[in-house]
Amino acid sequence: MIPELGQFSLILAFCLSIILGTLPIIGAAKGNVVWMNLARPLSAGVFVFLGIGIIILAYAFASDDFSVSFVAAHSNTLLPMQYKLTAVWGGHEGSFLLWTFMVSAWMLAVSIFSKSMPLDFVARVLGVLGILCTAYILFMLATSNPFDRIVPLPPSDGADLNSALQDFGFIIHPPTLYMGYVGFSVVFAFAMAALMSGRLDAAWARWSRPWANTAWAILTIGIALGSWWAYYELGWGGWWAWDPVENPPLITWLFGTALIHSLAATEKRGVFKSWTVMLAILAFSGSLIGTFITRSGLLTSVHAFASDPSRGFFILGIFVLVVGGALILFALRAPLMKSQSGFSLVSREVFLLANNVILVVASASILLGTLFPMVYQALTGGLISIGPPYFNAIFVPLMCLLVLFLGVGPISRWKKTSPVYLIKQLTKVALASVCLGIALPLVVLMKFSMSATIAMVLGFWIIFSIINDVSNKTGNKPSLWLGLKSLSFSYYGMQTAHIGLVVIMLGAAFSSNFSSEKSVLLKAGESVELGGYEFIFNGTSPANGPNFIADRLNITINKNGEFYKELHPEKRIYLATRTPSSEMAIDAGFLRDLFITPGEIKDDGAWSMTLYVKPFIRWVWLGAILMALGGLTASVDKRYRRRVTTTSNSQLAPEAVDAVPVT
Amino acid sequence: MKPHRRKKLGIIVFISLCLSVSVGLGLYVLSQNIDLFFTPTQVADGEVPVGQHFRIGGMVKEGSIVNDGTSLKVNFITTDFISDVPVQYEGILPDLFREGQGIVAEGSVDIAGVFMATRVLAKHDENYMSQEVKAAIDAAKESGLIPEGSDSSNGNNNYSTD
Repeated sequence: MIPELGQFSLILAFCLSIILGTLPIIGAAKGNVVWMNLARPLSAGVFVFLGIGIIILAYAFASDDFSVSFVAAHSNTLLPMQYKLTAVWGGHEGSFLLWTFMVSAWMLAVSIFSKSMPLDFVARVLGVLGILCTAYILFMLATSNPFDRIVPLPPSDGADLNSALQDFGFIIHPPTLYMGYVGFSVVFAFAMAALMSGRLDAAWARWSRPWANTAWAILTIGIALGSWWAYYELGWGGWWAWDPVENPPLITWLFGTALIHSLAATEKRGVFKSWTVMLAILAFSGSLIGTFITRSGLLTSVHAFASDPSRGFFILGIFVLVVGGALILFALRAPLMKSQSGFSLVSREVFLLANNVILVVASASILLGTLFPMVYQALTGGLISIGPPYFNAIFVPLMCLLVLFLGVGPISRWKKTSPVYLIKQLTKVALASVCLGIALPLVVLMKFSMSATIAMVLGFWIIFSIINDVSNKTGNKPSLWLGLKSLSFSYYGMQTAHIGLVVIMLGAAFSSNFSSEKSVLLKAGESVELGGYEFIFNGTSPANGPNFIADRLNITINKNGEFYKELHPEKRIYLATRTPSSEMAIDAGFLRDLFITPGEIKDDGAWSMTLYVKPFIRWVWLGAILMALGGLTASVDKRYRRRVTTTSNSQLAPEAVDAVPVT
Repeated sequence: MKPHRRKKLGIIVFISLCLSVSVGLGLYVLSQNIDLFFTPTQVADGEVPVGQHFRIGGMVKEGSIVNDGTSLKVNFITTDFISDVPVQYEGILPDLFREGQGIVAEGSVDIAGVFMATRVLAKHDENYMSQEVKAAIDAAKESGLIPEGSDSSNGNNNYSTD
């Protein structure tokens, strides 16, 4: 009975979102205030009923209701409670419910935090999100109902949650990633609302920016969590595999990064309007493509859900209708998107343009490498795969170029910057970064390493450029403290995110170049040396959990002949499915990680295992955290909280002319 | 041409130059990094040149896994039930690697016809089989040489490197 209530609640949410997707938009077109005012309560209603749906599904998991086929396929009586509750997103149907719920959560957030926007605009934004909700819930009800029953004979026990998913990462990674992903639907809805109203002015960009920054920051965290989880759970010692399902979030993130930069130019200078709208459409498309790839069964991947082609066609249908509709609207409104001001060849606008071109090219190349095998298979039937070398060969040089521009962009001025000024500002920076960047790796490593040198030079280039900029900005203030206080939140946000990029770059460069690893076969009592550490294998002990049995490997690590730490990787067998699973053991550190992947026991009692020493790997995720903090800091800047009630087509942000920094 | 038109043209030319150079480079790099997929029968028939990097998919033959006692070298045979290809791998095999299981390996064939694997992927989920393994088994089935029952009916593919 209760699961039927869940389904009923989905149907109610569906009905409400149909109304939300139509009346407020029509009301906005006709100036009908009553209809426009429906948008906020309807959004809350959709949120509540989807929320009830999720709670009921979670209840079905918690109460082991295996008559619900989704529960039977993804849970088991032995499964610990935290995984029973989160198994809600352990498969296609439930995770799509979570996805849709996230859209409604964003809708609710928009309806609450939109007091400063005019009613017709809010009605249109929520209406567009309502259309998306309608399509998503229809998809759920038609092809992937999480509340489907197994009749007449439900199984006595469930098939269990995939053992690779029974981990803390599974609890937090999917909701965060979805939240970030879906957040770009909000920016998309803002762009569509602006196109509908024909009011693509600075105010529109200012309203969109905090949402774009927040969605971007959450997506950053979501991707970083996925990378961190893959690192410690999959045990191949890496943090990014260019897996076809890892790529769509990155594609979306790159479009999103381009978007938040382009929005800055649109807000401050009224330029790049059509480009900004296009990026909003692209970032949103990226998120839909990601959904399509994971849910269509096209792929060979850890993430791929078991599914049938009809779902793929349905999502493709949603994609074509929504994105196609958006592009048609875009084309119809194109004449409205005239730039309001020009800019010279050396100006912040041009550097932002370079940023955008690089990010979009990077994103498009990743999309090409991800989709190419699928297109190839569809056309020829042949099976091919594109490996990491392709992605690295394209992505790494592009990011170096991006960082090079990043040192110049924030220093330059809007509209026109004199090249002499830039050269004067950056000569010291360039000299210092080249000298330090070459010297530091030489001193520390006692040998020359090309990639470490490039990474250090580029890292110092950004850091010194930021220091130079901050000291210029605070130099004319009475004290450094007053100077720092006078800088805006969005300035701090921007610089924090840029420092985050440097930290990621250093982490990526150092961990991929200076990691050492060794696969060994050890009997109890034997030891092996790696990267200045001695790993001693002391045999195994049993370590059984609620739904698995395990061998725990006892490994003592000595440093300089003295005891440093004990690590305990495990080899588990999950009882419900008899699937083996390895639990890595990691000693995490700011400067290096020690990492042990357990193998298996061989005939003579020796265990195989792989040992890793990975310098600076934490920096990859630390940098992502800094980036996300930067994005969030920028989105709480006080100018976004200013109440704006009337706008005109020609209005520019008041700060437009002076060099207020962008985020 | 008016100055602002000229500037616009300049920017458009700049962007399209950047785009075409990067598309060209991208396609070149892409063409250098395509791993083709071959079935054990194709490999046994010598369709793949020695040294070419590619993927092979098949079942691990029952009773074929041989562990080297002193190192992490493992030899096994991958089969599509028509032809067998010996595979050598050094390292730790995925959790779900076992006899009778579908696997995908990346690497190249040496002169002796042994597939030297640099990476071995095994199924991530009991019930599914990769497109690669399915393709190999289906190709073999079409030739009518193997009995039904070595089931490959399920089209999905949950793979991982762990």
